[in-house]
Amino acid sequence: MANDMKILIAGGHVVDPGQWNGIADVLIEEGKVSAVEPNLQQKFQGSMALTTIDAKGLIVCPGFVDLHVHFREPGFEHKETIATGSAAAVAGGFTSVCCMPNTQPVNDSRSVTEFILAQAAAARKARVFPIGAITKGSKGEELAEIGELFDAGCVAISDDGFPVMNSRVMRRAMEYASAFRLPVIDHCEDAQLSRGGSMHEGAVSTELGIPGIPKAAEEVMVARNISLAELTGSRLHLPHVSTLRSVQMVREAKAQGLPVTAEACPHHFSLTDEAVRSFDANAKMNPPLRTDEDVQAIKEGLRDNTIDLVATDHAPHAVQEKQLEFDAAPFGIIGLETAFPLTLNLVEEGILTLEQAIAKLTREPARVFGLSHGTLAPGVEADVTLIDANAAWVVDPARLHSLSRNTPFAGWTLKGRVVKTLVGGKVVYDCEPVIREKR
Amino acid sequence: MSFKRKDLLGVAVLSPEEMALILEAAEPFKEVSGREIKKVPALRGKTVVNLFFEPSTRTRTSFELAAKRLSADVVNFSPSSSSVVKGETLLDTARNIEFMQADILVLRHSSAGAAEILAKNSRLSVINAGDGWHEHPTQALSDLLTIKEKKGQVRGLRVAIVGDLAHSRVARSNIHALTKMGASVRAVGPPTMIPLFLQRLGVEVFHDFDKAIAGVDVVIMLRLQLERQGRSLFPSIREYARLYGLTAERVQRADKDVLVMHPGPVNRGVEIAHDVVDSGSAVILDQVSNGVAVRMGLMYLLSQRN
Repeated sequence: MANDMKILIAGGHVVDPGQWNGIADVLIEEGKVSAVEPNLQQKFQGSMALTTIDAKGLIVCPGFVDLHVHFREPGFEHKETIATGSAAAVAGGFTSVCCMPNTQPVNDSRSVTEFILAQAAAARKARVFPIGAITKGSKGEELAEIGELFDAGCVAISDDGFPVMNSRVMRRAMEYASAFRLPVIDHCEDAQLSRGGSMHEGAVSTELGIPGIPKAAEEVMVARNISLAELTGSRLHLPHVSTLRSVQMVREAKAQGLPVTAEACPHHFSLTDEAVRSFDANAKMNPPLRTDEDVQAIKEGLRDNTIDLVATDHAPHAVQEKQLEFDAAPFGIIGLETAFPLTLNLVEEGILTLEQAIAKLTREPARVFGLSHGTLAPGVEADVTLIDANAAWVVDPARLHSLSRNTPFAGWTLKGRVVKTLVGGKVVYDCEPVIREKR
Repeated sequence: MSFKRKDLLGVAVLSPEEMALILEAAEPFKEVSGREIKKVPALRGKTVVNLFFEPSTRTRTSFELAAKRLSADVVNFSPSSSSVVKGETLLDTARNIEFMQADILVLRHSSAGAAEILAKNSRLSVINAGDGWHEHPTQALSDLLTIKEKKGQVRGLRVAIVGDLAHSRVARSNIHALTKMGASVRAVGPPTMIPLFLQRLGVEVFHDFDKAIAGVDVVIMLRLQLERQGRSLFPSIREYARLYGLTAERVQRADKDVLVMHPGPVNRGVEIAHDVVDSGSAVILDQVSNGVAVRMGLMYLLSQRN
């Protein structure tokens, strides 16, 4: 489909959070959204230069924005590449993803950032926004060249996977990054408290004899980082919040007007540590699955906007790596292709409205990183996701687009399926043939 | 009732009836071990593989003797390291053993759940001979047999388990076994050695050994892992022995017919005083004998299933 063509997405239920919520047509011209109005179709009746996508019965919304993925390239291409990760992204309705810098080499320089951008451009699927390292080699010691990373296109900085344990280094990083208004993301984990742990420390870990990671390992660092945000005035983004107290601390920080935002991952509001009972390493991630009271707190945090957004922490690992003994297997699960239906569950449960749920995947993440996506406002790049909210499907890891298969949701029946994904007005994912074949 | 399981992975999943069945099966084999010719043909033609990823002399020897006295062919396979280090996964190692047509795999591994992962992915009968801090079911069943023999029954007994319960598979298996059989269990140790929410397993937690031992019928002392000193679990062996060591004086506070148990190997003078080890209350060597009988009974039941 050439970019100069007009595309009309017709008759769908358009949910553009804060802008539109109802039946409308979306007109795309030259790869950009040009109008969202009801009955646009009539104006173009008989026009030759128009491609129409029938969206009757579907939800039409801005393409999703994920602030937290691991695409493993460069360095770990056996787990995921930028091409396969981007394919998984668009299959899950994500048109913009932000990839963490814990590659090999770490993304702490312009050359790695440029490599990632080049690979993403070649893949021609989702938009990929690199996140740069906070410190050189993510070693937690010397600041990376944050100004250069910013110039090269990094949208935030993080040493994700390697918490910045030295509070003085973290302070300086936050001060320095604020010159570029770059959000600072810290994987909140006190490495001394969590050392050796493989799952949440609680009743289940006690029973299974698996070394635990206490909630306090996250909470002491959330507390520290909030204090440093107050001290430095820097934008702080807290990834994958997993505990009740973390949610409370973020709520309090926001009430004080501190520049703090937070994300939650679908697995942290869909599963508890009970999932570890089978010793399946696909239930192993960091931070770990917590308890029911934490799940409820995260849901409440999403409801009252203490938690701004949903992000996946998509963390692919090869089958043989996840088949290891529970404590030997690496942390992390894939999430791009299950995130939307799991978030839609919150709508079913009455915690969020459909518009709020979609906002947590579009407008809110875009706002937090200052991206000009996540909306169907006229003039923006036409990144659009079409969803059949009623289609139920069974998660079969072998049919996912990620190179890896490590999902704890294998065999689950999920409701809500991405039907088509457009990036810049081009269809980059289309599963209609698959659905039709099933009928 | 017959034993229907393919594997023995832990006590947590066993019913009291299944435990009783294993103990019943063990009884006749005690007599076999006392004979001049210590052998019965029950497992003739069967192959038992002892796959031990952690160093262990006594458990491995006990399993080996049990299998040999049942006339099974026994192979000991002791990889020097876990799969991560040697490059072959645990599952691949097990599949190799399966395709050598072994029947029973006895697994000792440093990771909790290793036996379960393996059992799910293999046709072999898997016996968990200790997985990380998780379970060591044959030890608990042997202890149950010893208590039953000495006390007649387990129901209603007061049992103290003392030491580092957080890092002990013996403690977890014994807690399940004893509470399921109707004993009341006291967990005793410094708070650094009592895992979170241990009470939910149905035990009462004590940090004062002198209080905890009052009137108990059985004391199970856990081995202190001396290498854990310096990792902030306890300040010194001296202080540990003073607060949580079983001395003759402490034994006096227990019931007069108290049984003193220890899964071995014993650190004399640390968790248990020299004279207590050798006293009439100690049944530590009975535990060892019963260990062979229980393992014979268990392997017999598992082989009957095939």
